[in-house]
Amino acid sequence: MLDTLILSRIQFAANISFHILFPAITIALGWFLFYFKLRFNLSGDPIWMRAYRFWVKVFALTFAIGVVTGITMSFQFGTNWPGYMETVGNIAGPLLGYEVLTAFFLEATFLGIMLFGINRVPAKIHTLATFIVALGTSISAFWILSLNSWMHTPAGYEMIDGVAHVTSWLEVIFNPSFPYRFSHMMVASGLTASFLIAGISAYRILRGDAKRAPKLTLKTALTVACVLGPLQMIIGDMHGLNTLEHQPQKVAAMEGVWQTEKNVPLLLFAIPDEAAKKNHFELKIPNMASLILTHKIDGEIKGLNEFEGNHPPVAPVFWGFRIMVGLGLLMIFVAWFSRIKLWKSEHLSPWNLKVLFAMSFSGWVATLAGWYVTEIGRQPELVTGILTVKDAATDIAPANVGLSLSLYLIVYAILMVAYLHTVFLMARGAVEIEEVSYEEVRKSNMQHENSDEVNHV
Amino acid sequence: MFSAETLAVIFVGLMGLSIFLYAILDGYDLGVGILLPLENQQQSDNMIASIGPFWDANETWLVLAIGVLLIAFPSAHSFILKELYIPVAVLLIALILRGVAFDFRMKAAFSHRPTWDKAFKVGSLLAALSQGYMLGMYIMGFEYSWQSTAFSLLSAVGVAAAYSYIGACWLVMKSEGELQKKATKWARKAGRFSFLGVLAVSVVNPLINASVYERWFSLPNMILLLPMPAFCFVLFLIVDRLLKRMPFQDDVSCWIPFVGAIMIFFLCFNGLAFSFFPDIVPGKITIWQAAAAPASLSFILWGALVVIPCILAYTCYSYRVFWGKTKELKYY
Ligand code: HDD
Ligand code: HEM
Ligand code: HEM
Repeated sequence: MLDTLILSRIQFAANISFHILFPAITIALGWFLFYFKLRFNLSGDPIWMRAYRFWVKVFALTFAIGVVTGITMSFQFGTNWPGYMETVGNIAGPLLGYEVLTAFFLEATFLGIMLFGINRVPAKIHTLATFIVALGTSISAFWILSLNSWMHTPAGYEMIDGVAHVTSWLEVIFNPSFPYRFSHMMVASGLTASFLIAGISAYRILRGDAKRAPKLTLKTALTVACVLGPLQMIIGDMHGLNTLEHQPQKVAAMEGVWQTEKNVPLLLFAIPDEAAKKNHFELKIPNMASLILTHKIDGEIKGLNEFEGNHPPVAPVFWGFRIMVGLGLLMIFVAWFSRIKLWKSEHLSPWNLKVLFAMSFSGWVATLAGWYVTEIGRQPELVTGILTVKDAATDIAPANVGLSLSLYLIVYAILMVAYLHTVFLMARGAVEIEEVSYEEVRKSNMQHENSDEVNHV
Repeated sequence: MFSAETLAVIFVGLMGLSIFLYAILDGYDLGVGILLPLENQQQSDNMIASIGPFWDANETWLVLAIGVLLIAFPSAHSFILKELYIPVAVLLIALILRGVAFDFRMKAAFSHRPTWDKAFKVGSLLAALSQGYMLGMYIMGFEYSWQSTAFSLLSAVGVAAAYSYIGACWLVMKSEGELQKKATKWARKAGRFSFLGVLAVSVVNPLINASVYERWFSLPNMILLLPMPAFCFVLFLIVDRLLKRMPFQDDVSCWIPFVGAIMIFFLCFNGLAFSFFPDIVPGKITIWQAAAAPASLSFILWGALVVIPCILAYTCYSYRVFWGKTKELKYY
């Protein structure tokens, strides 16, 4: 029989993994929508409104799932990790509180106006509502990632009778790993949304959608991905260096380094063996890991032997890291390749479109892989140096946790199927809709009386 | 700087405010969900359209209430949520179901719409029932006996009735024609059930909790408090009489039942709060025993004092934008 601790861990991991998928899309998709709306306001070209209308539907659906799974998250701390709140509640509480106050209400309220208010408020206010929703999702990420980073690299606190008390809120919020984690996550969201937009647009074109809208969104998304891809690699590198400083055992697991040594090779492939404390089937680039992590050919890297009995499980961290970085490199390659093709000709070849379509949800995989590296790499600690996972767990009967976990898993499985099904259904529906209706042209004429030329189809 | 004692009182007030706002706001939209007439597609559409722009923000008050409990009274938070583990899981799954059903019903294939409507209705009902059940367990001080289970089940039905009541009153205000007539009937029926529910809880609560009895039925409290239940009864009566004659010419006073329902919620809420203050877990933990460190509470308090008025202001703005009778919910 599984015990409460392991069930609670599985339940927490399942809930947050499912939750993060949706914010990973909405955080950046909100900004894409704002951009579409701005372009429409500036040019009066109804095609931007078309793009807005299609993607706002995807946004609404994604957002709704993000919200309801997020509500589940906010109950988890109390139900499954009571020790967590009792020890670091003085820090976690206010950070979560500020997220509710400054982000959740903002996005939830203006979402109503953004989705349903377009004919009820002036155009400018509607654009403003779109902006506020995008801002709200980003503020959300700010607070929650601040808390999460604090758990990895605590700062600005003192322990009194086993309970953390704050000494400086600024140090708590802007703790050492926060800037890297926040920017890495924001860019991850940007890449996730870009590849989703590119993939679904490619899907529409493959389905015979000859209109301008999918081409336009494809191009926009690829351009963004071309910029964000390399940027993500640079931020990721800096993030890794920061981790090396604060959580060296995590980096040792990421790189599969069992013994402290110099001239460490970069492993492209290997099968870490926890029992034998070595890797099998190594495929490596000599000295590369030393170069990346210490910026010296013969730099020394601390191995897992230094953290005997106190380091994370190696295989998931090692593999999670390779999946993330591998996908990151693939994204850069595909984005640049396709964008250059689009620059030279107006159309992409069918197989190129198919590759983009296949990568629609690649951002999800990379994001989850990255989070597994981060979170599993922190084991067995929950808050570095303060609290282990074991000490935070609840003492509820395992049968209860087992029941709630099964219910969640069933609901999540249904939701995932329904979500994917519906996104593609909407995409197919959009293929049939005519380019830009007479009604829209007239309306945009009215809204832009001073713009003398209206782009026709 | 406030003392630790004052801070605990301020935060329990803040939590009360968000629970109260949650009960009214999500109360009416859960109520609308419970009442959804599955056989009538057009009326279902219209009803859901009336809550479309609001449900998400309404639910956020629950997140705030739980957040304040977590921030200000962490040990009570752990205690309560551990006791209520299963009903909380049911509540969350119900909220997930209805939240997503709202979106899927408009976007999924047309043939799936009835299924999502069902999910919306069942989710709303389950959410209301589980909240009522939790309220019952809370009042019973988390005791496990057949009496407390029976009482909690009664309270579950009572809360579902109360939400249907305020939901129906919301519809009377926001709809016209056939639907409004229907809503008027629902409101009267749900009003009677709610009244019985309130009555039952008010009778049982002092009978089983000696300290509550003490509080309500000692002099001079009894005389000072008498107007509260009396006023509640009168409100039920007025709303019912009014609903009987509705709709009036030009639909004047269509908003009165809704306001009446809000006032009833307010009175009941205060009655409960009066029964238990200053306990945060009845008979077990007081707010002062459970309060978090004053430094953390002050840090969030200043933010709350600035932000909550802003939240209330833009909430009002959003209600103004969607003022009047509900139009078709065009997405864009
Ligand atoms: C689209 C998603 C995505 C992509 C393409 C990448 N990452 Fe990433 N990565 C994340 C999404 C992500 C993430 C989900 O956002 C994580 C998990 C926690 C965090 O802070 O960011 C993360 C964590 C994370 C960590 C662990 C930090 C820690 O110790 O907590 C490192 C070292 C990197 N990343 C490095 C990289 C490098 C060198 C990449 C090269 C291309 C890269 N990431 C691409
Ligand atoms: C959003 C993306 C995130 C993902 C995908 C994620 C994933 C995970 C996973 C897989 C675990 C289990 C690790 C294990 O048991 O070996 C875990 C644990 C945990 N994470 Fe995260 N995490 C995320 C963000 C966060 C955030 C933002 C917080 C806090 C604010 C957080 C707090 C925790 C806690 C409390 C645990 C439970 C203890 C544990 O099992 O380690 N996580 N997470
Ligand atoms: C343990 C950690 C977490 C908790 C307790 C939590 C809690 C919540 C809650 C309660 C909501 C619903 C808000 C509403 O009612 O409008 C929500 C939504 C949201 N969360 Fe989380 N969350 C967590 C992790 C994360 C992470 C890691 C991110 C992003 C990096 C994130 C970003 C968002 C965003 C952007 C939304 C808005 C809805 C959406 O975009 O889909 N959350 N979260």
